Order: sequence, then C-alpha cells, then structure tokens
Amino acid sequence: MQYFDEMTLPDGSIRDVYQRVAQWLSNSPAELLESRRSQAELLFRRIGITFAVYGDKDAAERLIPFDIIPRMISRAEWTKLEAGLIQRVKALNMFLADIYGDREILAAGKVPADLIYRNAYFRPEMSGRRVPHHIYVHIAGIDIVRVDGDKFYVLEDNARTPSGVSYMLENREVMIRLAPDLFADHRVAPVENYPDALLATLRSVAPRNINSEPTIALLTPGQFNSAYYEHSFLADKLGVELVEGRDLLVRDDTVYMRTTEGPRRVDVIYRRIDDDFLDPLAFRPDSVLGVPGLVSAYLAGNITLANAVGTGIADDKAIYTYVPDIIEFYLGEKPLLQNVPTWRCREADSLAYVQEHLSELVVKEVNGSGGYGMLVGPHATSEQISLFSKKLTADPENFIAQPTLALSTCPASFSHGVAPRHVDLRPFILSGSDGVRVVPGGLTRVALKEGSLVVNSSQGGGTKDTWIVEDNLIEMSPEQSQSRSFGAGQSQSQEQAFVGSHGQSQSQG
Amino acid sequence: MLARTADNLYWLSRYVERADFLARIIEATQRLAAVPRASGKDETEWESALIASGAEEAFHANYDVADEPNVVRFLAFSEDNPSSIRNCIEYARTNARAVRTALTAEMWDAINSAWLDLQGFNGQGDAAHDREETSRFLEFAKATSLVFDGSAYRTMLRNDAYWFSRVGLYIERADNTARILDVKYHVLLPDTESIGGSLDYYQWTALLRSVSALTAYRWIYRESVQPWLVADLLILKQEMPRSLLACYDALVRFLDEIGQAYGQQGPGQRHARTVMRRLEHASIKDIFQSGLHEFLTEFVEDNRQLGDILAQQYLLT
Repeated sequence: MQYFDEMTLPDGSIRDVYQRVAQWLSNSPAELLESRRSQAELLFRRIGITFAVYGDKDAAERLIPFDIIPRMISRAEWTKLEAGLIQRVKALNMFLADIYGDREILAAGKVPADLIYRNAYFRPEMSGRRVPHHIYVHIAGIDIVRVDGDKFYVLEDNARTPSGVSYMLENREVMIRLAPDLFADHRVAPVENYPDALLATLRSVAPRNINSEPTIALLTPGQFNSAYYEHSFLADKLGVELVEGRDLLVRDDTVYMRTTEGPRRVDVIYRRIDDDFLDPLAFRPDSVLGVPGLVSAYLAGNITLANAVGTGIADDKAIYTYVPDIIEFYLGEKPLLQNVPTWRCREADSLAYVQEHLSELVVKEVNGSGGYGMLVGPHATSEQISLFSKKLTADPENFIAQPTLALSTCPASFSHGVAPRHVDLRPFILSGSDGVRVVPGGLTRVALKEGSLVVNSSQGGGTKDTWIVEDNLIEMSPEQSQSRSFGAGQSQSQEQAFVGSHGQSQSQG
Repeated sequence: MLARTADNLYWLSRYVERADFLARIIEATQRLAAVPRASGKDETEWESALIASGAEEAFHANYDVADEPNVVRFLAFSEDNPSSIRNCIEYARTNARAVRTALTAEMWDAINSAWLDLQGFNGQGDAAHDREETSRFLEFAKATSLVFDGSAYRTMLRNDAYWFSRVGLYIERADNTARILDVKYHVLLPDTESIGGSLDYYQWTALLRSVSALTAYRWIYRESVQPWLVADLLILKQEMPRSLLACYDALVRFLDEIGQAYGQQGPGQRHARTVMRRLEHASIKDIFQSGLHEFLTEFVEDNRQLGDILAQQYLLT
C-alpha cells in the first residue's frame, strides 16, 4: 500500500513545511541524532515522565519513547483543522445536553434510541438534570489522522478523560533543549499557555452560586494510575490541589477537601477518574477511589465536574458513526472534518460486508480503548480472523469496522537511521462558559514498530512534538523551490525569506 | 494545604533523614568493630547497631547471627527490612511522587535521581561482604540526604509545606540522636569508667562520629573525649545541630510558624514547648544523677507523642 508521507512526496521532493527539517536531518550525522535521542530519554527519566502499563509488572514505570523529529503542520492546515474541531466539540456538547434533556435528536430519528438507552456509558441519573452552564465535555481530545495532503479525518472522539496533554507540553520543552537551532529557525506556535487556558475554562464553569474565586481541585485515582504523572504535572501547572478520593468529603451535599486547616470547600473538580469510580454510593459500590456523596452534591448543583458525568455516550464508537448527522442536526452545518468511513455491524448489510472482508478491515469494539480488543485484518492470522468472526456473529452490535487506513507517515529517528512511521494527532479542545479554546498543536503519536498502525503507548507507540508553523516563514531556497506546495497560505513574497534569527521582527499575515 | 500532602512531606523528610542516620550508624560500627579488644570478650557492636536503629526484632526474625555481612545487608540493602536504607529511599520517593506538586523541581530531582541510582546497587548475595561496595552505598545515602535537604532549604517557599517537612526532619533526628545515645549509655556512665582504657575511648569517638560530631566536640570542649561531655553535647548543646535541644528549638520554631500562619496554636505546639523547656532547664549532672537511660527513654516517648499529636492535629484532619 502506498502511504502519504508528510515530509517526502513520491517524486522525492520535500513538502514545504518540512524543508528545514529535511535540511536539519541531512546536516545531522547519525551519531548526533542518536546522542540526542539518548539525551531525550535521560531528560524524561529524570523529570519522571513515566506511565504504567497495566498487566506489565516489570515495567511499572516506563517511558513513552520520544522521537526527536518534530511533526510539522502548517498554519493554513491547522486553521482548517481547528475550525472543524471546534464545530465537532460544540455539536457533541449540544448532543449531550439534548440526550440528558429533551431528546429531540431521538425523536427526530437521527440516532437510534437503543444506542443510547442500552449504552453502558449512559447515565440515567443525569436525565433531566442541568449541568452548570450546559457544558458536558470541558476537555476533549479528538484523534485525527491524514491520508493525503489536504484532508484530515477524525478517527475517534475522546469525551471522558482524554490524556496525553502533559506529553504535548513536555515534548516541547525537551525539543527546545535538544534542537534549539531547528526550533529557532521556525516560528512555532506556542503550546505553553495550555494550563492557563485550562484554568480559565475550569473557572468559567464554576457553579453559579459561587460568589468568590472558585476553588478548583484535580481528582486523581492515585499514584498507581497509568496517567498519574500527567495528573500531578497538570495540578502543578494549574496551581490547584491534586486530590485523591480520600482527600475529599461531602457534607450537606457540599464537597470539601481535608486540609491542615480543616475542611475547605471545593467548587470545581477536574476529575481524571471514570464515572464508575466517582462515587461508591452512586455507581460502583466497591470503588475505593471515589468520594461517597459526590454525585449527590453534583446533582444538587453544588459542584462542577469536568468532564460531566455521562459523557461516555458521546465518544462511544457506535455514536461516532452518527457524529456527522449530529453536527448537521444541531448546527445546521456541513461537518468540516470527515469521519473515517465506518460500517456499523449492528446493521445487517454492513455486518455481511464486514464478515466477508475481515482480512481487509479494522474491526473495533464499540466500547474498547487503548487499542485493545481490536482486529487489524491485514495483520491478523486466519485463526485470529475466524475467532473474531465468531465474536462478531455473537454480538454484532458491539462492533464497528473501518477500512485499513493508509495512515500518513512522518520521518522518525532510529539507531539505524531515519525511517517513515505512521502517526496520528490528538489536539485538545477546551469548552468553557466563555467560549472554546484550542491550543495550536496536540500530541502526535507514532507507531514505532515498522509497518504498525497502532499508535497507543500501551502497544509500542511513541510521541513527537507537533509544530504548527507560520506559512509565510517557510524559507524557500533555490534548489528546493521546485517542490510542490500543498494547501493555501504559501508565502507570497519569497524575498521576505525568514532567516531564522531570534530578534527579527516580521509582520505576520 | 491538603492534610495528605502535609503527611507525605513529613514522612518524606523523616525517611531521608533516617537513611542518613543508618548510613552513619553502619560506618561507625565498622570502625568500632575494627578496634582490637581483649580476647574472649563478646563482639556486640553489630547487635548495638541493630538496637540503635530499632531493627533488632525484625533482624532476628530473618537472621541468626548479628555479624557484619548480615547486619549490613539488613540495615543497608534489605528489601525485607522496612527501615533499611534502600527502603527509606524507596518510601521517600513514593511519598515524593504522591506530593510532586508540593515539591520544587530540585527536590524531586534529588530524590528521583537517588531512586534511579538505587537500582544500580545490588547488595544481595556477596555485595554486603564487599566493603568497597558498601562504602560507596553509604556515601551515596549520605549524599542523597545532603542534596535533598539542601534543595529543600534553598528552593522551597517558606510556607506550611516547608514547615511540615522540617518538622518531620527534626522529629526523626531527635529520635535518632536519643536512640544512639541510649544504646551506648552504659559506656557513658561514670561507673563503667573503671573499665576505662582505650576501648571506651573508641566507643565514645565512634558515637560522636556516628552523628558527625567528633570535630564539633573538639571545638566546643577543647579537651579529650569525656563521656559526660559527649552526653552534654548531644543532649543540651544548642549549637550542636543534632542535639536534642537544637532539634526541639527548631521544632518549636517551625510549629510556631504553622500556628501563626493558621492563626491557631494547638496541643502540638504546647507539647513541643514543654519538652523544650525541660531540656533548657536540665543540666548534664542532674541527668546522670537521675539516670541517663531513664531520661532518654522518657525523651523518646515524648518525641513519639509529638508525632502522634501532630498527626491528630494536622495530618489526619
């Protein structure tokens, strides 16, 4: 299969946005790249950016491999992408408000009602409740893939507790240290304001009955959770307390945290703990991670939970297939970002097609995550396929299927040299009562195993820094100018070439 | 601040301080065991080291003979001893990780780097027989405490987070000083003077060395090492940073800071001040008269109580 490479086109020319990266790579001897790679590992290890892999006892704290070649996206490409992301998240929020409210979309027959009512993530206790400011998904992570030079596809919506933003921020810090020249040669849109944007978002959604500055806390399952590093990192950057369930108590439907000066009221909780574990009184009674009474306080309107309870129905893989309809229904707009074509196995025709083409398709569990429980047809043995086929027949509603995407590749650095690897992108979209905020960039995940299409960190994926660069600053040197340009926004005036000095002030379009 | 955060900071400091103390105890015992002695006399140094570190019960559950390889392995490297140096660093790092947001980058780096380096020391099997490896490890443990303590001192905001971590450090240090004195109290008592000779002299200097106070002793007293002056230095000398008085001076100060910041003094502050006053008004002569061992036993109990009171007052809210 021919893959679109984001740096090098089939004719060997370099896409504009990668010109300087290509130069940098050809000027950096292999040993230099290698030494930067080990420096990067050392930095991450010392900072303690680790994650835990469930079921892997020996590697309780592992590093996500970091690839030092940045993933480049031009400002023009980003602008289009950003508009699509904002549109999508707006629609998802309206969808959730509707589902837990009047359910017009079900009445209109746009989404099958049983997909909601029989969904494990649907929370009946939220029905008829108003969440503060009608916002459900305050923090969304939308997984984006490319297959060619001009379109972005949404692979997956993450509307519960998307993770990875700490890597977006730390990758940038490490890149600036490891490749200062390359960084200075580009005007890279900063991502470091993400914590400020997140804090502003969380403040904006405090319950309305709060008069003073709201007290915010970040709720973590604890230090044995795989994303604990990210939780502590974010709490630190936000300047809010990192709390565990046992640090919180509920009295008279009001939430307090236990401090050295006695109980202190909490108004907004950025929770990084699943619905199921939030409150043993409301959900799983065996949860020791949660806070008894939290949901009751929530329903009483005394605390904001970000994200809201019950958002899982919006990032369900079965609902995913309806998101384009959802966007049209609530916004009356055409979706700016396309879905990956998807077969719903719940529909008989689709199921028949999927069964016949299992060796070509990627089949996913509707509620699966982390790359588990999926079949990648072209890479599967005939036994795996026949086993999966039986699972499909037994429970077709639990599956969707997608074509094996020709995911784009980016150059990645290995000890044996530079080689293309498949990537995706997770930008983070923040929704507050005062608007939507998107920090330019996101987490690029890269499948480091040759030929692999699975980018999840639990399955050998790594990360890259993602650079959104100003189009008009991409210098064109004479021997490169024959390369074709993609998308709009190419610098009009080539004399105005950016020469990469820090102090140069230049008007940007 | 979160009660759990204060609790983690408090224990983090205690574990780091304890690692340093254990390293010093082992070093001092090694020197002491190397002193020639009258034949037929039992070698009890390693047993004393176990008692001073409060690990004798756990040790004898695992080993029969309290000789150097066994005790070093147990106190320094063992994963079975909850208070081994290895486990102290391990627990310190666990506590640090739980309160990363309350630590400065330097503090985290100090404890996390130590934890990473820890994996490089094996200490099982024959390594405990290897004095060079042991000596490297003890140096590493002492350096870890220095770097961590220094980072805290230099980089932390002077607020409750800093005060709670200092309180942990001084409660641990006071406990350590009192314990090591208590283990060696028999060699400090006047009635053992008759045994006299060089052995006792080495015991006293080893004791001073174990709390890195040998040079300090010479500067303060300007005379050869005398048992009652060793006790005076480690109990009542304000200028000696490991003395019980100095520890309580610091405890009273930091607890006062907490009390003022929170606008409320409590039982913890009162208890610390009571212990402090008793130390201020004591003389080494009275202490010896009424019994050094009894005095130290009472002190260790008072000190433990302060920990309990503070837990009730602040940490378990």
